[in-house]
Amino acid sequence: MSFHPQMPYGSGWHKSDRTFAEPGPPFAFTDEHRARFEEIAARYPPDWRKSAILAALYLVQEQQGWISGNSMRHVAEVIGCTAADVEDVVSYYVMYFTKPVGKYVLQVCRTLSCALLGAERVTSEIARALDIKVGETDTSGTFTLLEFECLGACDRAPVVMVNNEHWHECQRPEDVRQLLDGLRTKGVAALSGCHLVKER
Amino acid sequence: MEPILTKYVSEPNSYTLDFYTSHGGYQAVRKALGMTPDEIIDVTKKSGLRGRGGAGFPTGLKWSFLPKDNPKPKYLCVNADESEPGTFKDHVLLERNPHLLYEGCVIACRAIGAKVCYIYIRGEFSHMQRQMEDELAKAYAAGFVGKNILGSGTDCDIYIHRGAGAYEAGEETALIESLEGKRAQPRIKPPFPAVVGLYGCPTIVNNVETICNVPVIIEKGWEWFAAIGPEKNSGPKLYCVSGHVNKPGVFETSMDVTLRQLIYDFAGGIRGGKTLKAIIPGGSSTPVLTPEHLDVQASFDGLAKAGSMLGSAALIVMDETTSMVWVAMNLLHFYKHESCGKCTPCREGADWLFKILTKIERGEGRMRDVELLTSICNNIGGKTLCPFGDAEIAPVLSTIQHFRHEYEQYIREGHGPAQPEWRASEPVGAH
Repeated sequence: MSFHPQMPYGSGWHKSDRTFAEPGPPFAFTDEHRARFEEIAARYPPDWRKSAILAALYLVQEQQGWISGNSMRHVAEVIGCTAADVEDVVSYYVMYFTKPVGKYVLQVCRTLSCALLGAERVTSEIARALDIKVGETDTSGTFTLLEFECLGACDRAPVVMVNNEHWHECQRPEDVRQLLDGLRTKGVAALSGCHLVKER
Repeated sequence: MEPILTKYVSEPNSYTLDFYTSHGGYQAVRKALGMTPDEIIDVTKKSGLRGRGGAGFPTGLKWSFLPKDNPKPKYLCVNADESEPGTFKDHVLLERNPHLLYEGCVIACRAIGAKVCYIYIRGEFSHMQRQMEDELAKAYAAGFVGKNILGSGTDCDIYIHRGAGAYEAGEETALIESLEGKRAQPRIKPPFPAVVGLYGCPTIVNNVETICNVPVIIEKGWEWFAAIGPEKNSGPKLYCVSGHVNKPGVFETSMDVTLRQLIYDFAGGIRGGKTLKAIIPGGSSTPVLTPEHLDVQASFDGLAKAGSMLGSAALIVMDETTSMVWVAMNLLHFYKHESCGKCTPCREGADWLFKILTKIERGEGRMRDVELLTSICNNIGGKTLCPFGDAEIAPVLSTIQHFRHEYEQYIREGHGPAQPEWRASEPVGAH
């Protein structure tokens, strides 16, 4: 049953599962981000600014770290669509964070090829080392642990992606603490990258 | 067979424009600019090139479906949303040989009369996007892409569009929806994208590897291309091998190769001296095969005859320690998560299948659950808008077909084979 979540129904029967996006702090693109958005939007026909919505949301995430209700409304204004259109998109794609996340979001591939080489253990070792469950952020706000579906680098399994962008390959479960310490001290420079092809 | 598409990928700087042009790059585009669009389509048809994304549809034929009298602009979309589990061949091409793709895009655009091409890369490939855009800018500056290409009067703009993590965006109509800034959900066909596609205009969607074959065909001729590999399965093919093998990776060869050669010769055999138990031949959506199928030819037609599919040519190899019920459960977690939610059989079915498989894997299954799984699968297959429904039932039905005894062992004894060291001792993740 999906009725409006704020309507005062007496019984639990009419209760909707829907939750509103967290509003977050006030949001507007910086001039630089706005300019980059307009540059991307120019790649699509003038009537189809909405094609740039995924790019706009990445820019929000770059600026603020996550996507709040206020930022969705701002994106809607910039594009010229409704806030519901934006929420529709945000709620579908997995690379948008709808809650504040840690400084490093660890996205461990869990699908078959990585799982055959120990991805389950990588996830459980990270969870143990940080004392969190999948989907949670540690108390220091440094790490968020997520499981991701196939990242498309199956011969470098198990693969970990960090912050939607940086890759780390052949992660052995025994070396998880090394990875976490490396990120703490050296940042993303501690990651190995992804080498499907080794240069001669 | 000498690699063609991946010949230089391990050379330093193979991705740069200088390297590409000094190794014969952008010659095919010169030749193509001197051909009429119909000639390009004709050559592609005669070469026997079949789509490399999974379905194996003849590329030249697909191009010829575009209506000739439609006044609307036409579009080419390149499907670089490579997300079929086990597949990483386009990843290699995009990272190490992007100019081959750009050259193919320009030729394909000329063939179909499009002036704009969007390359839809999956969101996870952002680490390559900067390099791809830098190289694209160089190709623009050199006059190989953009307005008035090489002074011919032909225009072709290429843009890179980044997705945001959705397996379903690999389906052509869902890719178009996503490009339009919506949820990646498939459309009802017909009308097919060739008639009503991106922005309501005629659109062709091709896989990265398919487009990368086009310059080769133009440059060396269709006779040369058609002579590679078995009849109706012509041209070079990239195979991805992953899982329990010694040397996982991407291997390029002709389609007369067998599964045995791919696993034992190219990928160096099974790790740790273990024995082979099961093979997924073309990405997780293709039915599982067993060692008795090792001598099957890894071509579109060879694997279809063996009851599976070439799909994206992604072999996932599993050794004796692998529990097949767990494999089905792992993959159904993927499908349950990635189902776009548009068609009820697929959305609800994937969740039901996953729940039942989890129950069996925990040792709480009942004998009739195996029939229940089959019955649910039969009510999903062929009943959805896109092939996702057929994809999600493949791992379940094929593991039941070949490894029914394992399901029965879980149910009878309350547990499966001994847990291998590569699995976690306790369930991980939020199911």
